[in-house]
Amino acid sequence: MLYREAGQFKTSYEADQAVFPIRQDRWVIAVVLIVALAAVPLVIEDYWTNAVMLPFLVYALAALGLNILVGYCGQISLGTGGFMAVGAFAAFKLTTMFPGMNLIAVLLLSGLVTAGVGVVFGLPSLRIKGFYLAVATLAAQFFLVWLFNKVEWFYNYNATGQITMPPREIFGFLVTGPAAKPAVKYLFALSFVIVFAVVAKNLVRGRIGRMWMSIRDMDIAAELIGVRPLHSKLSAFAVSSFYIGVAGGLLFTVWLGAAEVTEAFGIDKSFLVLFMVIIGGLGSVLGSFLGAGFLVLMPILLKNFMVGGLGISPVVAKHVEITTMGVLIILFLIVEPHGLARLWQITKEKLRLWPFPY
Amino acid sequence: MTEHSKKIGDPLLKVDNISLGFGGVQALSNISFEIREHEILAIIGPNGAGKTSMLNVINGFYHPQQGTITFRGEVRRAMRPYIAARQGIARTFQNVALFKGMSTLDNIMTGRNLRMQSNFFWQILHYGPARREEIEHRRRVEEIIDFLEIQAIRRVPVGKLPYGLQKRVELARALAMEPELLLLDEPMAGMNVEEKEDMSRFILDVNEQFGTTIALIEHDMGVVMDISDRVVVLDYGRKLADGTPDEVRGNQGVIDAYLGVPHE
Repeated sequence: MLYREAGQFKTSYEADQAVFPIRQDRWVIAVVLIVALAAVPLVIEDYWTNAVMLPFLVYALAALGLNILVGYCGQISLGTGGFMAVGAFAAFKLTTMFPGMNLIAVLLLSGLVTAGVGVVFGLPSLRIKGFYLAVATLAAQFFLVWLFNKVEWFYNYNATGQITMPPREIFGFLVTGPAAKPAVKYLFALSFVIVFAVVAKNLVRGRIGRMWMSIRDMDIAAELIGVRPLHSKLSAFAVSSFYIGVAGGLLFTVWLGAAEVTEAFGIDKSFLVLFMVIIGGLGSVLGSFLGAGFLVLMPILLKNFMVGGLGISPVVAKHVEITTMGVLIILFLIVEPHGLARLWQITKEKLRLWPFPY
Repeated sequence: MTEHSKKIGDPLLKVDNISLGFGGVQALSNISFEIREHEILAIIGPNGAGKTSMLNVINGFYHPQQGTITFRGEVRRAMRPYIAARQGIARTFQNVALFKGMSTLDNIMTGRNLRMQSNFFWQILHYGPARREEIEHRRRVEEIIDFLEIQAIRRVPVGKLPYGLQKRVELARALAMEPELLLLDEPMAGMNVEEKEDMSRFILDVNEQFGTTIALIEHDMGVVMDISDRVVVLDYGRKLADGTPDEVRGNQGVIDAYLGVPHE
């Protein structure tokens, strides 16, 4: 009943092309933003920041980046973990080499470095497609992890091979290190994610997004209307890797504060982010958030329910949790192969007609 | 019909002695013909005659071993398809090649991509030049949507559209490029009589209103004879005939190719 677009007439192409053409959608997004920016920081504490919100934000950003490549440009990649590692190590090297550098600049530069690396590993995409490309990017994953393990310069010749984030401030607030306040860390990561989500939406709804999607859907026809395959694929790799690099940087600097490459950026991370994109919805900005939310929050919910609610021992609960997640993923893909974003879209369409569907 | 035969001008595209082979198969041998400004040229021939190969050569998909193509006075043999697009050659495919995951509107908007200038920075902000451009091109796209009468399916993902409409959207996407030369590969394949009539009308309208030069491949002889100014006939990669529909209809070689020759 509440979700209606009747009576909302658009009289200009400008209004018709808005991101949220329906008024109710604009309200919802405004409320979500107000809650996320104003209400949550007031109540958030350590557990919620480190176990729930930061993982969600970091992975949402990484999923967004991967979605640009896989969902919008149709180039499959299994190198996400490796690219996140590039972002993290770039952030580490930059911040230890130039201690005075602003953390925002550090993260953006790390993104740029990752974009460069992404373009190099994206070059094979011009010749190979589909599964074969997946294998090529898998090579990137293994190579990058190996590189950060072997070359000691990357972790400043530290005996443990770990990288640790020194405390850094932004506008007088401590953002990194163990002493940083949870709300500050959360807001810092959140503002990154909001800005990048807006940028992603702007890119995909304009000329560049159409260029990517045309390559995804029919590369031959795309070339015939003047889309350069080289240019579009590499730009998708660059933008996607930039996002993933910043996500890796955030993961290391703000969320974990310390990282060991095989553990933090292994192949399982590549798959995790790819699952988020697939379950959330390929080719959907909202889907990246839904997918990240599902895969980050669901295990926590399950665990708290089983350990806290049912009193099952944590070890058993962990196994049950992994199994349940697997079953849930399969179920979801059977029910809606196009992901959570599509489910949401269908719900909205049904709501528009409710309660008189005919 | 008489009015637009008057407009036909100089050759826009000249094909000279094109030969194309794939291993042992000679797809095209020594083909020469020209496409004149503002005309509708039909390329016909039995299956496997090399019609689609010819279009692919003009588009830059295939690189012929021999011969040259002159488009607007520029001589070339091989090129990349996106350069052909830049020079003003648009194309539709025999088996519809639309962007299935995108809406009708986005498909046609993609046809305008080449004409969009705003840089990455403005694209990120979706403001200023990027936004103005988007709206300006949307206006042009809406004109094409009106022209082809597909207003109702603007927001529908093209994968969900029936075949006849998909063909129409593909034509719309090609028109959005405002091409000088439009290549149509079997625009009426698989359509019923009514849809064929609609499509013929659209092709004639495009030719008359926008002055677009059109080269089309078609198997329906009724349509070919009705709408085309000239006809080129190919068979086994060779050119059999080239002339007005009436000349071609009376050509003995063409009759033999289509109806067969009695064995003595």
